[in-house]
Amino acid sequence: MAEALLEVSRLSRRFGAVDALKEVDFNVTAGEVHALIGPNGAGKTTFIHHVSGALQPDSGRIRFAGHDVTALSMHRRVSAGMARSYQITNIFPGLSALDNVALAVQGRNDAGSSFRFWRPVGREAALFDEAKGYLEQVGLQDKGGAAAGMLSHGEQRALELAMVLATRPKLLLLDEPMAGTGPEESARMVELIEQLARRVTILLVEHDMAAVFRLADRISVLVNGQLICTGTPDEVRNDAAVRRAYLGDHL
Amino acid sequence: MALYRAAPWQKPLSLALLLAALALPTALSALDQAFYIGFATRVLIFALAASSLNLVLGFGGMVSLGHAAFLGAGAYVAAICQQAGINEALIAFPLAMSVAGLFALVVGAVSLRTRGVYFIMITLAFAQMAYYLFVSARSWGGDDGLPLNGRMTLGGLPLASDDALFYAALLALVAAMALFGRLVDARFGRVLQAIRENETRMEALGYPVFRFRLVAFVLGGMVAGLAGALLANLTGLASPNLLQWTQSGTLLVMVIIGGVGYLYGGVVGAVILLMLEETLVGFTAHWHIVLGLLLLAVVLFAPRGVAALFGPARSDEHG
Ligand SMILES: Nc1ncnc2c1ncn2[C@@H]1O[C@H](COP(=O)(O)OP(=O)(O)O)[C@@H](O)[C@H]1O
Ligand SMILES: [Mg+2]
Repeated sequence: MAEALLEVSRLSRRFGAVDALKEVDFNVTAGEVHALIGPNGAGKTTFIHHVSGALQPDSGRIRFAGHDVTALSMHRRVSAGMARSYQITNIFPGLSALDNVALAVQGRNDAGSSFRFWRPVGREAALFDEAKGYLEQVGLQDKGGAAAGMLSHGEQRALELAMVLATRPKLLLLDEPMAGTGPEESARMVELIEQLARRVTILLVEHDMAAVFRLADRISVLVNGQLICTGTPDEVRNDAAVRRAYLGDHL
Repeated sequence: MALYRAAPWQKPLSLALLLAALALPTALSALDQAFYIGFATRVLIFALAASSLNLVLGFGGMVSLGHAAFLGAGAYVAAICQQAGINEALIAFPLAMSVAGLFALVVGAVSLRTRGVYFIMITLAFAQMAYYLFVSARSWGGDDGLPLNGRMTLGGLPLASDDALFYAALLALVAAMALFGRLVDARFGRVLQAIRENETRMEALGYPVFRFRLVAFVLGGMVAGLAGALLANLTGLASPNLLQWTQSGTLLVMVIIGGVGYLYGGVVGAVILLMLEETLVGFTAHWHIVLGLLLLAVVLFAPRGVAALFGPARSDEHG
């Protein structure tokens, strides 16, 4: 088996009386699209929060690209090559779409220090040229000047993806990228993720089963904070426990 | 909010105002109103202090209720310098900025780990602690404050005349506004504003949010320290009252009236508030009531501050 880009071992987290994650062992192989599915409230978003560093676990380790990142803050994990989108779109609504992406480009290690106090960013054509490229990749090339908050829901999802891409991640953490988008926008998003999958490793949380089974190389199933199964789409489809717990009525 | 962008007329207008300011002492003397030069200097100094708070509050989104502590620290450093025989502003002022900046570094390093009301309370608590420290410091005059024996020199030139101090304050304000004006358009300023808009997203884009905030907080503290050192020269006294929370509140009111997050918000607010005070004090001892009404009017009719009324200083597009 190829080397694991992300290795999560025995990750646990309680919220009061709720065991949101229970001893989760999980890994993402470099190059794959690994889908994480499970019913509402299963702990998928919580899991992404822990992988990205937004939350700290009660116990367990997280290794990324060969390093233990359990104690690293979110921004350090981003520098190390993780980037995430949020279940609820997380952008800068008051800023132009182009500025949203330009900030993402500027934040990258190789873009140079942001502790620059004198030179107007307007003169840094490279930042904006690159940002335009990412807008184009997600089909927003004509919306660069619009305030991000004025874009349609689907466009905002796409914008967030452009920002995530602009960080040039090794691992993409996508939390329900299709949530709340119409069928056309969903189809676009699936296509986009399919293209991205050729270049970058993806951990995909998604409710849209058609999309999951089309995109995923492997699928893991989380129920009540416990990982009950990991395997190829066919293995997961035919797993008795999965059928009992979750998929029965979907497939 | 969008990223700050100067309105096209802002540069010519500020240059015109600068020319007017340069001519002000001469004009006032010619009109036999030289008394007002001191008042104008006070306005410049508070414009500087309020602008430094606007960097922290308006561009950084950090609601500090302890900013006057840095103003006061700067004033005391100036007075203590003089007591120690250092009468040269080129030494005393950078020292005042450094001490105020170090103080801001400590306050920021602690308080910036909290958010919202906690941040407000911790900045307030630090400022009050500093206030009581100076009140109880006998060798620095206790609650009487520490007086200066005349004004300092700047590069050997005496600041004794009101005109000289006015120009020194003007120079400081122009330098600070030039820096802030560049800064908000540079990488650092854009990051700072984006953090104000969405802290989580910035962290998730790989920015060390805490560090950016802290640098802005320290920079704001340093400029407030400079204002304090100038103020001590103007009034001839470093008083613990400068560190009081009411003083922080006054700076906050200036920024809110002038325009939170507008480059000249602090300047506009300082001019309005101090002119109002100067005028109303002559008519009624209850000028604070009028001030309250003014605040109410600003909140109702110009919720983004007076500076926001003058044209589209914000834009949603990148030029
Ligand atoms: N910050 C929190 N505080 C308390 N409980 C939480 C918190 N975040 C999530 N939970 C709980 O943890 C469980 C998992 O939630 P979540 O990760 O959002 O599920 P999913 O994304 O799979 O729908 C739910 O029961 C939810 O109510
Ligand atoms: Mg979720």
